[in-house]
Amino acid sequence: MTTDDRTLEAAMADLATTAPPTLAPNTLVAVGLADHMARMASVIGPLYVAWNGLGVSAVESAEFADTHSARTGRPVVPVDRLPSALAEAIDRRLAGDRRVRIDLDLRGHSEFERDVWRKALDIPRGEVRPYGWVAGEIGRPKAVRAVGTALGHNPVPLIVPCHRVVRTDGTIGQYSLGGPENKRTILASEGLDPDEMEAAARRGERLIGCASTGIVCWPTCHTGRHMLPKNRRPFRSLAAAAEAGYRPCKMCRPASGTGTIAA
Amino acid sequence: MDTDTRLVADLARDLDGTFEALVLAHQDRCYSIALRMLGDPGAAEEAAQDAFVRAYRALAGYEPSRIRDLRLRAWLATIVLNLCRTRLSRRRAVGPQPLSLDLEGSGLPEPVTTDPSTSPAAVVDRHAERDRWADLLSTLPPAYRAAVVLRHVDGLSYPDLALALDRPEGTVKAQVHRGLAMLRTAYEAADRLACEEMTA
Repeated sequence: MTTDDRTLEAAMADLATTAPPTLAPNTLVAVGLADHMARMASVIGPLYVAWNGLGVSAVESAEFADTHSARTGRPVVPVDRLPSALAEAIDRRLAGDRRVRIDLDLRGHSEFERDVWRKALDIPRGEVRPYGWVAGEIGRPKAVRAVGTALGHNPVPLIVPCHRVVRTDGTIGQYSLGGPENKRTILASEGLDPDEMEAAARRGERLIGCASTGIVCWPTCHTGRHMLPKNRRPFRSLAAAAEAGYRPCKMCRPASGTGTIAA
Repeated sequence: MDTDTRLVADLARDLDGTFEALVLAHQDRCYSIALRMLGDPGAAEEAAQDAFVRAYRALAGYEPSRIRDLRLRAWLATIVLNLCRTRLSRRRAVGPQPLSLDLEGSGLPEPVTTDPSTSPAAVVDRHAERDRWADLLSTLPPAYRAAVVLRHVDGLSYPDLALALDRPEGTVKAQVHRGLAMLRTAYEAADRLACEEMTA
């Protein structure tokens, strides 16, 4: 039996096939022209995480997830769950591990906004800083209000912990992901007591000095956590602390949020 | 103006707005090339996706004039083929993999057949015959397999084939003919063996 060229060529042409339906959408996600989206559990209830080949592009509540495509211009390709590596990275980040790398897709946002969000990433779990501190740290001490706006526009809350930035007067302040109650819940889950933080602020305790070290910190700074109660010295301002002979902590840098540099 | 001429013109003007159209127009052939080079649908989908991602990144860095001058079919085939070669050599490095004959039918869409006379038995026979050819193809040395796949599975013209394989047209023609001859020999040898077994 012989096989002529035409039979052979027809057999080869018959080996052409159609691509699986997942190829095109997954390719668009990989290059960042579409987003995958999946549900994620959190202390404030179910959230929706969107991501693509460039990184995580959004963390949203259900109502905003519905309009994600309209806001970003990118179609959503829903999937059952987060890739395990990403889920694990987010869990570790939320548990306080700041070394874990999570790529973010922040296209379309200004350099100022990115600076603000990068700075929020520096705030450890279980601590808070005022808006003014972020403004001072990024070299824009007068842009306190703009910092607040930028934090409100944070597309990836929780991953970029904008909940750890509070109002300069010590109150908890607004939160983009479902309002201030959610912010209190998240802070409480990180070991803080929002009611006590606000009460301390009302008493005028903006900074806490340690009488044995002569160092003054933001009240939630982890270096001050093991201070003996008898050494605890609250201050209204950095100037008042400086006058009493205290120097600002090098870890939490209270000078950045108070507009004055201690001598 | 044919589809590819329009595509490169649109890609040169608006990459992000046109890229989906590029993927939709070329995904079947890129996937087919990868599947026939690698033999495994999962690896083929991965290679095809990687190829499009590389194409996107390359296009993002090209001047519009360079995009307009692209021979899209040959260019994409080169990218897919290079990724397949990398995977094949990696596979060789880790040792032989079991040949999977059944993967073709594992939930993947087959081309829609419009022939009303296609009986289920005929479809089964046709699938068996396709699997047989696909297996024979996978036994060819990669250089010959690539030439046959691009010419006869993908249907590239010889000038495009020469471009895709970066060899003179005469050389690629010889590779295609040699590849087909090897396939024919293998097919007929298998047939002879089957006859001998029946008559023994």
